[in-house]
Amino acid sequence: MLEYLWIIPLLPMLGSATNGLLGAKWPNKFINSVALGATGLSFACALEAVREFFASGQTFFRKEYFDWIIVPDLVHGGSLFRAGFDLQMDQLTVIMLMVVTGVGFLIHIYSTGYMAHEGGYYRFFSYLNLFMFFMLLLILGANYVLLFVGWEGVGLASYLLVGFYFLRKSAADAGKKAFIVNRIGDFGFMLGMFLLFRTFHTLDFATLFSAAAAKPADAMGHLGYFTVACLLLFMGACGKSAQLPLYVWLPDAMEGPTPVSALIHAATMVTAGVYVVARSHVLFMHAPTAMVVVAIVGCATAFFAATIGLVQTDIKKVLAYSTVSQLGYMFLGCGVGAFSAGIFHLMTHAFFKALLFLAAGSVIHAMGGEQDMRKMGGLSKKIKWTFATMLTATLAIAGFPPLAAFFSKDSILLSAFNSPDGGHILYALGLFTALLTSFYMFRLVYLTFAGKERYDEHHVHVHESPWSMLGPLVILAILSIIGGWLAAPALWGGTDYFTAFLNPVFGSAEAANALDEAAAHSLELTLAVVAVISAALGLLVAFLLYGKQNDKPANIAKSAGPVYTLLLNKYYVDEIYAALVVNPLMWISRNVLWKVVDVEIVDGAVNGLAHGAREIGDASRHTQSGNTRSYAVWVVIGAILVIAVIFWVHLQPTVEGMVR
Amino acid sequence: MVPTTYYIALSAVLFGLGVLAFIFKRNIITIFMSIELMLNAVNLAFVAFSQRTGKLDGQIFVLFVIIVAAAEAAVGLGIIILIARNRQSLNVERVDLLKL
Repeated sequence: MLEYLWIIPLLPMLGSATNGLLGAKWPNKFINSVALGATGLSFACALEAVREFFASGQTFFRKEYFDWIIVPDLVHGGSLFRAGFDLQMDQLTVIMLMVVTGVGFLIHIYSTGYMAHEGGYYRFFSYLNLFMFFMLLLILGANYVLLFVGWEGVGLASYLLVGFYFLRKSAADAGKKAFIVNRIGDFGFMLGMFLLFRTFHTLDFATLFSAAAAKPADAMGHLGYFTVACLLLFMGACGKSAQLPLYVWLPDAMEGPTPVSALIHAATMVTAGVYVVARSHVLFMHAPTAMVVVAIVGCATAFFAATIGLVQTDIKKVLAYSTVSQLGYMFLGCGVGAFSAGIFHLMTHAFFKALLFLAAGSVIHAMGGEQDMRKMGGLSKKIKWTFATMLTATLAIAGFPPLAAFFSKDSILLSAFNSPDGGHILYALGLFTALLTSFYMFRLVYLTFAGKERYDEHHVHVHESPWSMLGPLVILAILSIIGGWLAAPALWGGTDYFTAFLNPVFGSAEAANALDEAAAHSLELTLAVVAVISAALGLLVAFLLYGKQNDKPANIAKSAGPVYTLLLNKYYVDEIYAALVVNPLMWISRNVLWKVVDVEIVDGAVNGLAHGAREIGDASRHTQSGNTRSYAVWVVIGAILVIAVIFWVHLQPTVEGMVR
Repeated sequence: MVPTTYYIALSAVLFGLGVLAFIFKRNIITIFMSIELMLNAVNLAFVAFSQRTGKLDGQIFVLFVIIVAAAEAAVGLGIIILIARNRQSLNVERVDLLKL
C-alpha cells in the first residue's frame, strides 16, 4: 500500500465525482454507500500504508508518480524546475493522515444522520469527499506546488460547503468572505513560494530543506530571505488557519452545515496552516524573527478570540472563536520552537473540537434548528448522550487531567515558558487564555444543558439524535479522553512518546530547546498544576455566574459597560475592515472600475469601433452611385495608380540611372 | 521599316481615346465600341512587340483577345438589346438600379 499512496486521495475524488455527477436522483442509501465507502476505504488504505511504513522501519518515504510541470534545461540537461506528482510520508504525515481520514470518516458517518432530512444530499457528500481529496493531497504532497493545489482545493471545498445553503444570503456571503480573505493569505503564500524557488531553485521538500539546512540562519531582526519567505508562508497560514488579522472569515463560516464546521473549520482544513509551518520547520528555524512573529501572532490570536468567545450567544459562534483561539495555541507552540507540541495540540484539538461541533450539531438537531443558547437550557436530562459527550469535550478543551488538551496545552505552555524570547509574557497570556477557555466553555455547557428550559416546549420537540450521529460522538469522546496519554509519562519523568514519535521529523529543530531533565520535570509538574488551577478557576467562575438562574451575568455586563459592548461586537473588527478595506474597494469598483474603466474604456472602445465603422460606411456608400460611368472612372483611376506604383518601384532606379 | 515606337505610340493614343470615350460617352453602343477600341489598341501593341522580339507569343495573345472580344460582343450586345427593350433608351445614365 505504501507504494500506492496515490490511492488514498484518489478514492474520495472518485466518490465525489460519482455522487456529484450521478447522484442527483439516487436514494440516500446509495449516496451514503458511495461517500462512506470512499472515505472508509481511504481510511483503511491509510492505516495499511502507515502499518507498512512502520513495518519497513524507515523514517521517510517518498515516491515520484509522474511529472506534472517540468521545465527542461536545454543547455545543461536535467530540469530547471520540476513539480511532480510526488507523495511522501513521514511521522508528521502519519499523524495528519490519521486525523484527516479517521476524523473525516467519523464525520461522514455523522453527516448521514444530520443531513438526512436536508435537500441537496448528494451535493453535500460530493463536496465533502472533494474536500477529503484535496486535504489528503495537501498532507501527502512532497513539494510546495502540490501542497498548494491541495491548499487551494480545500479552500474551494470550504467555499462550496460554507455556502451550501446558498439561497440564504448570509450563507452565500459567508462563503465569499471565506474565499476572499483566504486569497489575501494565499497571495503571501505564493510570494513565499516564488522567493523560495528563486533562492533554492526547487520547491521539493526534501531537496529544499536539505539545501536550506546547510545555509546559515538569518540573524534576529535581520530580514534575510529565510525570514521573508517564512513570514510570507506564515501569511498564507494566517489566512487558512484564521489568525490575526485574517481570522474574520471563520466565525462567519459557521453558516455552513454543522458537520462541515466540525470537519473543515475545526478539525482539518484550518490546521493546514499549522501543518505548513511545521512542515517548513527547517526554514522557520533559520528565521528567528519569523518564529517570534508566529509566536506573538498565535498568542495574541488565542487571547483575542477567547475574549470574544466569552460573550457570544450563538452556540456555534462560541465554538468558532474557540477554534481560532486554539489555533493560536498551535502557532504559539510552533513559534517557540515546540513543533511537536503544536502538532500534538493539532491532533487532540481535532478530536475534542470535532466532538464539540458534532455535539453542538446534535443539540441544534434536538432543538429543531435553534442555535441561540439563550433559548436553550435544561437539555441534560433529555439528550443524555449528547450531554455526556459534550461534557467530556468541554473538560478536555478546558485542560482537566487526564483528558487530551491537558497534555497538549501543557506542553505548549511549558515550551512557551522556556522560550528565551519574552517567553514569560507569552506564557502568562497563554495561561490566562486557558482560564478564559475554561470559562466560556463551561458557560456554554451551563447555558445549554443546565438550568430551566427557556424554550417553548409546545413548539420544540427535544429528541435525542439517531445512533449514526451518537456513534461518532462516543468514539470522539473516547479519543478526547485518551488522545493525550501518549505524552502522559512526561509528567512522572518518563518519555513523552508523542515528541519521541515526531523526533525523526523535528529532532534537530527541537534538540536546542531540550532542558536539563530534572529541572524540566519539576517545572513541568508545577506548570501543570498551575494550568489545572486556572482551568478550575474558569469552571468556578462559570458556575457562579451561570450555574444557577440569577441576574449576575446581566449585572456584570451592565457594570462592564463599554467593554462588554466591545466584546459583544467582536471589537468591531468587521466594521473596521468594512470601513478601511471593503468600502473603499467598493467605492473604487463602483466609481472608477465600473463608471470609468468599464463604461468609458471597455465599452467605449467597443462602441467606438462600431460607431467608426458606421461613419466610414456612411461616407463611402456615396461612391456606389449606380452610375456606370463613375464606376469606369474608378477603374481608370485604379489602373493609373497601379501603373504608377509599378513604374515607381521598378523603373525609378533605371530612370535615375539614365538621368545620371 | 517603321520603328516599334511608332506602333506603341499609336497604340497608346488609341487606348487613351478609348478610355476617354468610355468615360464621356452616354450612348451604350458607343461605350461598347470604345471598349473594342481599347482592346484593339492593346492588340496593336502586342503585334508590334511580337514583331520586334521575333517571338510568336504576342500574336497568339492577339488571337486570344480577338476570341474573347467576339464572345464579349455576343454577350454585351445581348445585354444592350435587353436594356433597349426595357428602358426604351440607350442612355447609360438610366441604368442605375445598383444605386444604394
